[in-house]
Amino acid sequence: MEHVIEMLNIRKVFGNFVANDNITLQVKKGEIHALLGENGAGKSTLMNVLFGLYQPDGGEIRVKGKSVNITDPNVANDLGIGMVHQHFMLVDNFTVTENIILGSEPTKRGSIDIKTASEEIARISKNYGLDVDPYAVISDISVGMQQRVEILKTLYRGAEILIFDEPTATLTPQEITELIQIMKRLIEEGKSIILITHKLKEIMEVADRVTVIRRGKGIGTVNVSETNPTELASLMVGRDVEFTTEKRQSNPKEEVFRISDLLVKDYRGVEKIKGLNLSIRRGEILGIAGVDGNGQTELIEAITGLRKVESGSITLNNKDITNLRPRKITESGIGHIPQDRHKHGLVLNYSVGENVALQSYYHAPYSKAGVLNYKVIYEKAREIISQYDVRTQSEYELARALSGGNQQKVIIGREVERNPDLLIAAQPTRGLDVGAIEFIHKRLIEQRDNGKAVLLISFELDEILNVSDRIAVIFEGEIIDIVDAKHTSEQELGLLMAGQKLTKDSTVQSLQKEGE
Amino acid sequence: MKKSILSILSLLLVLGFVLVGCGKKEDDKQGASNNEGANNDAISIAMVTDTGGVDDKSFNQLAWEGLKAYGEENGLEKGDGGYDYLQSNTDADYVPNLNSLVRRDFDLIVATGFMLAEPIAEIADQKKDAKFVIIDSEVQKDNVASVMFKEQEASFLAGVAAALQTKTKKLGFVGGMESDVIERFETGFRAGVASVDPSIEVMINYTGSFGSPELGKAAANQMYTAGADIIFHASGGTGNGVFTEAVERKTADPNADVWVIGVDSDQYHLGKVNDDTNITLTSALKRIDVAINDVIKLTKEGNFPGGNTTTLGLAEDGVGLAETGGNLTAETLATVNEWKEKIVNGDLTVPGTYEELKSFEEQ
Amino acid sequence: MSKSLRNVLIPILAVILGLIVGAIIMLISGYSPILGYTALWNGIFGDLYTIGETIRQITPYLLAGLAVAFAFKTGLFNIGVEGQLIVGWFAAAYVGFSFELPMYLHIPLAILAAGLAGGLWAFVPGILKARLGVNEVVVTIMMNYIALHITNALIRAIAGKDTSERIHETASLRNTFFEEITDYSRLHNGIFLALIAVVVIWFILEKTTLGFELKAVGFNQDASKYAGMNVKKNIVISMVISGFLAGLAGATEALGTFEYVSTKGGMTGIGFDGIAVAILGANNPLGVIFGATLFGALKYGSLNMPNEAGIPEEMVSIIIAIIIFFVACGFIFQLFLDKLSKKKEVK
Repeated sequence: MEHVIEMLNIRKVFGNFVANDNITLQVKKGEIHALLGENGAGKSTLMNVLFGLYQPDGGEIRVKGKSVNITDPNVANDLGIGMVHQHFMLVDNFTVTENIILGSEPTKRGSIDIKTASEEIARISKNYGLDVDPYAVISDISVGMQQRVEILKTLYRGAEILIFDEPTATLTPQEITELIQIMKRLIEEGKSIILITHKLKEIMEVADRVTVIRRGKGIGTVNVSETNPTELASLMVGRDVEFTTEKRQSNPKEEVFRISDLLVKDYRGVEKIKGLNLSIRRGEILGIAGVDGNGQTELIEAITGLRKVESGSITLNNKDITNLRPRKITESGIGHIPQDRHKHGLVLNYSVGENVALQSYYHAPYSKAGVLNYKVIYEKAREIISQYDVRTQSEYELARALSGGNQQKVIIGREVERNPDLLIAAQPTRGLDVGAIEFIHKRLIEQRDNGKAVLLISFELDEILNVSDRIAVIFEGEIIDIVDAKHTSEQELGLLMAGQKLTKDSTVQSLQKEGE
Repeated sequence: MKKSILSILSLLLVLGFVLVGCGKKEDDKQGASNNEGANNDAISIAMVTDTGGVDDKSFNQLAWEGLKAYGEENGLEKGDGGYDYLQSNTDADYVPNLNSLVRRDFDLIVATGFMLAEPIAEIADQKKDAKFVIIDSEVQKDNVASVMFKEQEASFLAGVAAALQTKTKKLGFVGGMESDVIERFETGFRAGVASVDPSIEVMINYTGSFGSPELGKAAANQMYTAGADIIFHASGGTGNGVFTEAVERKTADPNADVWVIGVDSDQYHLGKVNDDTNITLTSALKRIDVAINDVIKLTKEGNFPGGNTTTLGLAEDGVGLAETGGNLTAETLATVNEWKEKIVNGDLTVPGTYEELKSFEEQ
Repeated sequence: MSKSLRNVLIPILAVILGLIVGAIIMLISGYSPILGYTALWNGIFGDLYTIGETIRQITPYLLAGLAVAFAFKTGLFNIGVEGQLIVGWFAAAYVGFSFELPMYLHIPLAILAAGLAGGLWAFVPGILKARLGVNEVVVTIMMNYIALHITNALIRAIAGKDTSERIHETASLRNTFFEEITDYSRLHNGIFLALIAVVVIWFILEKTTLGFELKAVGFNQDASKYAGMNVKKNIVISMVISGFLAGLAGATEALGTFEYVSTKGGMTGIGFDGIAVAILGANNPLGVIFGATLFGALKYGSLNMPNEAGIPEEMVSIIIAIIIFFVACGFIFQLFLDKLSKKKEVK
């Protein structure tokens, strides 16, 4: 069988750190070859070597059987290798065509020949079923469309081998389905694809073969048809992984948190939460399911004091905490794992230790009379690092240098260690790999078992179903139904999330709720 | 990070010690070779400018030109033992600059501007053998000669001339920073105008700066637009903008009635529109060069006027009115000369402060 | 190459390169670089007088640089150090000449007045930024002009002339011991004030909860808000402390260097140079010592270049600017060194 790409025994070292240790990757013509590994396993390094951004310290690269020396991305382009980056490299106020020809503008008598280029782009787009309007401005089109523009860009430049770097990370489920179709179409047309991902579901769905790397080492290549997610996961993580987190039956006690008739407006003054009611008891996990933009963000911000409550009340342990200052709310017993860990959860330029102290630096034992006690702070950080399995060189390392999963572990460690009565976890596993997801889910359940209340907000139905005890579905700023996690299904939740209430079963359940 | 800072610091420290050590050696060498050119007949002279700089087309420049002229006449060279200047970029530079000149053994050290009064007073106490001249301010020290001018007398004549030649009965005065010196210019000018015709309006504008031509231009624009036809400026480099505005207006409309009265030196050349036209009416002269030459002469004779204040007015030819270009009419000149006589004779005392102006106007 | 070695090497390389380019310019224009640099050297370290004056020049730079660096650290760009310095200068001088107090009260009171005046001047842009989101750069620039003209008017109103009376000796930072050993240079105790301020600010930023909050707000306002910090309060506090430091710089001028306050035709330039000092010092309090020393030494030493070597003022300004330019561009050398070591790695 012909290999289009062969990366043989590739080695790449940064200082003392071996990012790629003897990795071999062979891609056959016309296949979708997945590259699977945890965050920080060395996938990106390997692809950057292939794309000419890094020079390997050892090994050989062959393209179509010929040994090559890829010194920079232009060489990669000439060899027919194209990369669809995770973070799009597009100029927002340029049109699709302008973005695609950027850097290699075709000219006609000294001026850029937009028309011919647009026609060419339209032709390619049609050929691969991409359905992109060459004249649309980037800022006007959806994220999924923008990704297609990236794909078009590589095709326009004659790419035969396309590298997709975590392509589904920013897409909606609908867009993911469409992307998968596009990838299959590309293969039909004779292209080859390298798919970088840590999502097992996608691999099972589209890939032909998969190469697994773990901590910089190549573990091996398997045919997707001969494997299953469980095996892949254990290959990737290096041990057995459970997908459905085991948990005991919940044992809810008295109510600890209640929201009544909550009304919240967004920054434009539009009502985003319209008379929402909710209550959580000790020892249970309440999941909030819903499509993004139905008021989840506003709800969390209202609870944590970051957004003004127009009317209604929020009580914790029977104490009114409505519209208190964020610090007062935190102190009254709420922990918060924010949705956007970079923007809201961490100060990236602070060390791991300083981030651990971010919520509690101002009181003993972390400080005394306004002077910080770094000894205690870093001791606490070491404790969290070992307890929460944070992989970092040391507690003095900047948070920026950690991988997403490890950053999230720092945040969870910080919040859980404060021992809050209610822990709010918003999208706690977004962008993380299975190992980290499993770890975080276990921690949330552990909180529950310790008699705390947990409020889980997630757009991933798997996660909601898996972790929650009860599931509240939010639609247009209201809880339209609350269902038992054990007695519901993805289908039922999907309908509720779309605002369709009152199927037979749920009618009974919601009536029951109202009766409570 | 911390490590690197420490290492930079320690490096700096080491450097500092090495440098200090070397510095001392240098010092010894210097002390041996400091007296040169002392046995020249002419005395050596140097000046320290204020922050206006030596090329301010006004005050400092005038003084420097005086020094240069003296040096060239006496075959001196620029540098040690001859004539030289040091420019001050900030107020903090006055003292070290004065000090540098003292160390270079100049016979006479001139400081131009009232800003240097305090620094001179300080240095004069420390360096009792050096001789200083301060212009535009009074410093009571035995080794400091103070030179003041009766600017009000020159600007009084300028006011008389302006009042006689205005057609719109509106005049303008553009000042630099508010200060005693500029106050004398203003009050003299207003008194001169009022002496001819009290009904003439004088618009006053202080730009707050001696070095901002753009502010001068804006002020002049405003005044001309409001109907003034003659503007007197006492604002150093800021005044260059007044000239620019007037020249622009005259170029655009050859029939425009715009005139400028210059200050300190004869600023006739600044008013040139073309070969036939010049909008400089006259200039209120302040003969800093004359004053400096007087002090030099006295010093040569062994009569350095230390501790004294010399105030130069019309009587001493220390101030005056320029007549270059003939833009002043014969009648105007005649009237101006009548007033000048009165002042020189002592029949008239020109007000130099706002209070004096007030009582002058009441009379 | 080790990191610390590189951190020392880069500024030195930069200074050397700046000197070389400066020398070329002097050569082309027909002046001797050897004479020129000897004059510069003598102007900085020539004798005890110049060393004293060099340190005197460094003093306000330390405080102004510290003020800018502190604001920078907390995410604010304080271009108003100039104006804060001017009001501080005035306030210190005013307390200095109009009060009669024993020394142990007079000096602290005058210094405190300067700090408070500077702090007040910075409070205005701080509160505007915090409450209304007004850009502090614009406000602080405008506050500079307000400071300049208000103090000029106040001086003339109080003193009746362009220079105030001298401050009483009880308020003076001058030090007769320094005067004796440095041949009457104006080196004064302000240098101690400046160095104490460096240590205090370093302590605040690195060791206190206040500094922890201020830096957090500077790095990431959103996360700080989520962590329960009062972002608005921190912005105001940061500006006020920065202004306080700028006011202290004014105090060293009023109570040490000049012992009076006089009307000014324009900005002093110290506040603006403070921005360069802070950048040279990487916005680190200890780095500011390096920046202020380099800046102060060059600024003061260069006065001697026209004096001793006869090089025109304008050329001196160019040469000094080039040296500072090269130091500020330290990252160019960083890139250069990186590339060098990268190449070695590949081979």
